[in-house]
Amino acid sequence: MTHIAYVAAAYAVSVLAILGLICWILLDQSTQQRALKELEARGVRRRSTRSSQ
Amino acid sequence: MNEKAVRRWTDIANPTRFLELAGSLLPWIWGAALLTLGAGLFMAFAAPEDYQQGTTVRIMYIHVPFAWLAMLCYTMMAASALGTLVWRHPLADVSLKSAAPIGAVFTALALATGSIWGKPMWGTWWVWDARLTSVFVLFLMYLGIIALTRALDEPSRSARAAAILTLVGFINIPIIKFSVDWWNTLHQPASVFRLDGPTIDPSMLWPLLICAIGFTLLFLALHLMAMRTEIWRRRVIAMRRLSARAAEMKPVEAAR
Repeated sequence: MTHIAYVAAAYAVSVLAILGLICWILLDQSTQQRALKELEARGVRRRSTRSSQ
Repeated sequence: MNEKAVRRWTDIANPTRFLELAGSLLPWIWGAALLTLGAGLFMAFAAPEDYQQGTTVRIMYIHVPFAWLAMLCYTMMAASALGTLVWRHPLADVSLKSAAPIGAVFTALALATGSIWGKPMWGTWWVWDARLTSVFVLFLMYLGIIALTRALDEPSRSARAAAILTLVGFINIPIIKFSVDWWNTLHQPASVFRLDGPTIDPSMLWPLLICAIGFTLLFLALHLMAMRTEIWRRRVIAMRRLSARAAEMKPVEAAR
């Protein structure tokens, strides 16, 4: 392996790991938001929301 | 602290207020992170090669920020653990739990990029020297905290245990920092944060510092996103419980 290949490998691993982390956080975020919307659509309200209404 | 400052602090401690504040800050932090990282990486590839290491020195511009962030993230988690145990701050456990996977990824990247840099420079991918071993222990600590925070369904029960484990593990942070001074290591000693000043040439130091700021902003953006998601997750759990309780009550009321 040339020295450039080591540099490329280090950057490639970093880009893949960071993109994977961002995708995982975004996916988790959309899953929770979807679940919240479904519960709200079924008329479920949190106690704090009900008491403020 | 005056009354206004206390009120501002308790306002942020309110999860709903925090969600709004984080939502309005996130686009700016993302913008600043991308701009700073772009500038830092451009400067990193425009900087001269090292007279001994040649082009492999360019791994430094990502490896060093990852290693700094691995320790910074854990330090922030230790502060959050204090927030859970001492002040019972409502967002402290949310902060600790959501930071752990991000810290684990940055620590894994510090180990991976260091290993890739080590092969051409040291002639080996890995040695069990004090610096590498203590960072590997940090990675294991992150995995342990991730497992613990997800082991119990009730967040308040796992919060205390995770906070205590995080604080106990904080002893590893000064060990990582001073390992290169206390023991003979293959890893080089500190070359930026030194009492007698940095030993890196400014042509390489500036790109390194800009990259470090960029990655820190990226970490901040990811952490805020993960904290918002964790708050939503806890709301979903609470609402599902309320819904299940209401469903249980209905047959009882119908039977009366």
